[in-house]
Amino acid sequence: MSEIVQKIAYCIERGKVNKTSPFPNDMKDELGADELAKQAIEEGVGPDVILEACNDGMQKVGDKFGRNEVFVPELLMAAKAMNAVMEHLKPFFAAGNIKVKGKFVLGTVAGDLHDIGKNLVSMVVEGNGWQVIDLGVDVKTEKFINAIKENPGCAVGLSALLTTTMTNMEKTVSAIKEECPDVKIIVGGAPVTMDAAKKMGADGYSPDPQGAVSFLSKAVAAG
Amino acid sequence: MNSLVNRLKDGKVLVSDGAWGTFLHNRGLKPGECPELWNVTHRDDVLAIAQSYIDAGANMILTNSFGGSPIKLDHFGLKDRAYELNQVAAEISRQAAGDDHFVLGDIGPTGAMLMMGQVSEQEMYDGFRIQSEALQKGGSDAICIETMAAIDEGVLAVRAAKESTDLEVICSFTFEKTSQGDFRTMMGVSPFEMVKAIKDAGADIIGTNCGNGFEQMIPIVKEIRKADAEMPILVHANAGVPLVQEGETIFPETPELMASRVQELINCGANIIGGCCGTTPDHIKALAKEIKKY
Repeated sequence: MSEIVQKIAYCIERGKVNKTSPFPNDMKDELGADELAKQAIEEGVGPDVILEACNDGMQKVGDKFGRNEVFVPELLMAAKAMNAVMEHLKPFFAAGNIKVKGKFVLGTVAGDLHDIGKNLVSMVVEGNGWQVIDLGVDVKTEKFINAIKENPGCAVGLSALLTTTMTNMEKTVSAIKEECPDVKIIVGGAPVTMDAAKKMGADGYSPDPQGAVSFLSKAVAAG
Repeated sequence: MNSLVNRLKDGKVLVSDGAWGTFLHNRGLKPGECPELWNVTHRDDVLAIAQSYIDAGANMILTNSFGGSPIKLDHFGLKDRAYELNQVAAEISRQAAGDDHFVLGDIGPTGAMLMMGQVSEQEMYDGFRIQSEALQKGGSDAICIETMAAIDEGVLAVRAAKESTDLEVICSFTFEKTSQGDFRTMMGVSPFEMVKAIKDAGADIIGTNCGNGFEQMIPIVKEIRKADAEMPILVHANAGVPLVQEGETIFPETPELMASRVQELINCGANIIGGCCGTTPDHIKALAKEIKKY
């Protein structure tokens, strides 16, 4: 990896969005992911290499999050830095120079208005090179099923933060499995455990966003 | 009503109430329905919950206004009814509490994050101010801000409540155990950082709620006590981590299990003890029986 690409990956890992961004403290006034991505493209660095740097940076911060070395704010800032890079890569996606790994339909189950956990998963998965179809919060089962039918080959992620909406999660998993038996489902959220996920009939569970990436690479990319 | 802080000064430990959200669902609140709208559409159900905790022996009850922030109510198209729904929430609990029990006007997080620019500080402050004023108008004795995770939001809520009412303010955060073995909120806030910021903002009572059950509250209360030797501490614990059994969400901690931890919790410095998600009037009855010994 060239120096500039390494720097992009590091800016994403640390959540350094652009030069004027005050976060993190120790990188104040340095160039951020935004300027470095623009510069890299001008220098002729391949968009696939820059995308790889995004994956690398998000992977590192995602792992740190999984180990509780950083928390939600750091992960959000990393995602923000990644989005800044993605803006520069958009034309290359549109032209077909680089491709997404697959599609991931994601939403918080009916009755639950919490979007923090779901958004974190969305950002980390997107940073790993997947197209995320984010259905938002309080998503009814039919809406999930429609999105799955519109995006053949996708995987599905369900989130719940409230203990009271775990039963809706179970109902949604059953309904999806009945309608689309081949689709792979991962569940997560504060009250959800591996045991609960298994009982619901989900294919995967993760306590953190990076686990969703691992799930997608294994269960979905492998077919 | 006397000051809550004064009542605690005599070394007395007080009993708070249990879950509202899980209770509302048991009484028929549908997923996707606005719990706070029930204050108007299902007043008798909400009153029955409040009454059941008074009957169980609680010294204080909360109000059905956890999601009563205009920012949250906006999702249901009820933003403009924030004042009304919070005021009625307090009136219902006041009716159940009578003159000899405390009513804590409940305020939960907005669900929006300041650091992501989803809302402005002013918008968030104004939301907390509207809730606080309405909860006082409806007859609350204190404001209870709970389940906070971010310092900036917690501080704004405490400031708004202190500046717009003359009530005592409680503020509690939700901590989880990290793989390093210490406790942090999902935003990375430690009990120590929380205590300092919330005290500086003017809170009268500090606390911890929700979480992973009664047992884990003990080390958290120890941490808070280490950070501040004087301030009263409120604990609202979940009845454990929920399990799914045959399509039902079950909370594993029994009233007896919770009651068996009361002594240790008091020894660590807890002054008000109650429940959060999954706790029922039976849990509160068991806690009250145990706490009466102190």
